[in-house]
Amino acid sequence: MGWAIALHGGAGDIPKDLPPELREPREACLRYCLQMGVDALKAQKSPLDVVELVVRELENNPYFNAGRGSVLTSNGTVEMEACIMDGNTKNCGAVSGLTTVVNAISLARLVMEKTPHIYLAFEGAEAFAREQGVETMDSNHFITPRNIERLKQAKEANRVQVDYNTRPIPKDDKPPAPSGDSELGTVGCVAVDSFGHLATATSTGGLVNKMVGRIGDTPIVGAGTYANKLCAVSATGQGDAIICATVARDVAALMEYKGLSLKEAADYVIEESAPKGTTGLIAVSATGEITMPFNTTGMFRACATEDGHTELAIW
Amino acid sequence: MGGWAIAVHGGAGVDPNLPAERQEQAKQLLTRCLNIGISALRSSLPAIDVVELVVRELETDPLFNSGRGSALTANGTVEMEASIMDGDGRRCGAVSGISTVKNPISLARLVMDKSPHSYLAFSGAEEFAKEQGVEMMDNEYFITEDNVGMLKLAKEANTILFDYRIPITGLESCAASVESPIHMNGLPISVYAPETVGCVVVDGQGRCAAATSTGGLMNKMSGRIGDSPLIGAGTYAGELCGVSCTGEGEAIIRGTLARDVAAVMEYKELGLQDAVDYVIKKRLDKGFAGLIAVSNKGEVAYGFNCNGMFRGCATEDGFLEVGIWE
Repeated sequence: MGWAIALHGGAGDIPKDLPPELREPREACLRYCLQMGVDALKAQKSPLDVVELVVRELENNPYFNAGRGSVLTSNGTVEMEACIMDGNTKNCGAVSGLTTVVNAISLARLVMEKTPHIYLAFEGAEAFAREQGVETMDSNHFITPRNIERLKQAKEANRVQVDYNTRPIPKDDKPPAPSGDSELGTVGCVAVDSFGHLATATSTGGLVNKMVGRIGDTPIVGAGTYANKLCAVSATGQGDAIICATVARDVAALMEYKGLSLKEAADYVIEESAPKGTTGLIAVSATGEITMPFNTTGMFRACATEDGHTELAIW
Repeated sequence: MGGWAIAVHGGAGVDPNLPAERQEQAKQLLTRCLNIGISALRSSLPAIDVVELVVRELETDPLFNSGRGSALTANGTVEMEASIMDGDGRRCGAVSGISTVKNPISLARLVMDKSPHSYLAFSGAEEFAKEQGVEMMDNEYFITEDNVGMLKLAKEANTILFDYRIPITGLESCAASVESPIHMNGLPISVYAPETVGCVVVDGQGRCAAATSTGGLMNKMSGRIGDSPLIGAGTYAGELCGVSCTGEGEAIIRGTLARDVAAVMEYKELGLQDAVDYVIKKRLDKGFAGLIAVSNKGEVAYGFNCNGMFRGCATEDGFLEVGIWE
């Protein structure tokens, strides 16, 4: 027993020779955010407040694909999405298609607390944000030069797929989603306090060169994000695989219905259920255990527990 | 391996005072759709094609809340959503915020088959629909006179019931427009348009599929996404079963209802009907909902914890049932 916290900055095909200028700032950010979460837990903040606080900080950091630093759609715009869930009450809130909201995760929390709905998207979500008076910024705040370059590269590499609507494609041949580095950098945080209360939050800019209007796993309760009284989970990777495998709910369902431990449940989902090379997740249990498995090359991750264990790793 | 089986629904949470004539119309439509599905199964169409075909028919008929006849947003517009899942290979497609596509379920199918993604929404989904050349209609086509009246009632009721999580008091004062004390999705059931549609099928080869389509909640905020397009919430199909849910969207999302039917079969090793009963009893907390399900063994099951669900089901060995109440 005791509090525990884990966070991630995305899973995917992270090259082992990632240049220091791309690795170090991300490691520094994870370390900073972890400390921020630990301090908040020590100050008796609720897990829901802690995960929101930490994800806000990750959104504000341009090195991750959420908030500022979000990757761009095929039109060169940002469409951010996020989801937050309280394990105790199973209350949850989600948003998609945000273009001006500085902290998508906080808008998800407002949807949870201030509307009769769980999930608002696109113009309706933007209108709700203005009504609630949350901080908004011009789209230039979110778009970084690096992401303009990544979109350009993705368009060149995926020319055939980007143009799939104008070129004849063989019947039943689904164009592959843009892949590689492009999924990287979704952020998430899971936390449990010393009373065993759990919460989770995930936020993302989605996929480089995604179609306008595309929704991924992040905002979908049960796919990218899920918490109940047993555990809290935040997943990252190839969204479409995570949706079909209902990854976050399955970790909890295996604990609930099959009596597996947190680690066994998470390992089962990563090894048996989600296709290889697609998924990573972080999870904490009500008893303060942590697990952070992935079946991709790597996952930016960090965690800490009350008894003094801390970890920060990529591969 | 059992034979094929099919179930359809037209929503859960039915006004107990629904006129007999309307009940009869609903039953006729469910029977007609069931028969379309049965003929398709007899012609050996795969499960995924059958669910799409049946839901298209339900969308096209204005009786239920999907496609034509969709519930209206607070702005008086329609924003339809749908999802489809093929248990064979666990593939899925979903759409939200559709305002001009005649058959959202077929657009969800195209997202699954022809886009690199699983879920498209709002203007991006409409753009994709145009590229794919699906049939489009003016938003007016979807708006029925009945629903314009219902939106007015919902708005009146909502002046009191603005946030349904707050215990409702003083309801008597609006008794003129609200005769029924039963609530669904925060609205008195007499002004609630529940009738999301769905279909689940297992074909002769044991492949399961599920499809769900809806106009959403009457008087919903523009941009609201409910359970219907969410894989694992309103719709799920895997190797073992296919499930489509209807009812209080927010309760279904929190309960990951469709996935949980499959999960208790997979992880708790319950049979189909036991799994359906378990989920309805244990996973809804205080919410009201219903669902239909088929298993890869050719079984069919349904369950609901509210007063009534429009549904019909049939199996290869000749069983056929269409009903509304318990």
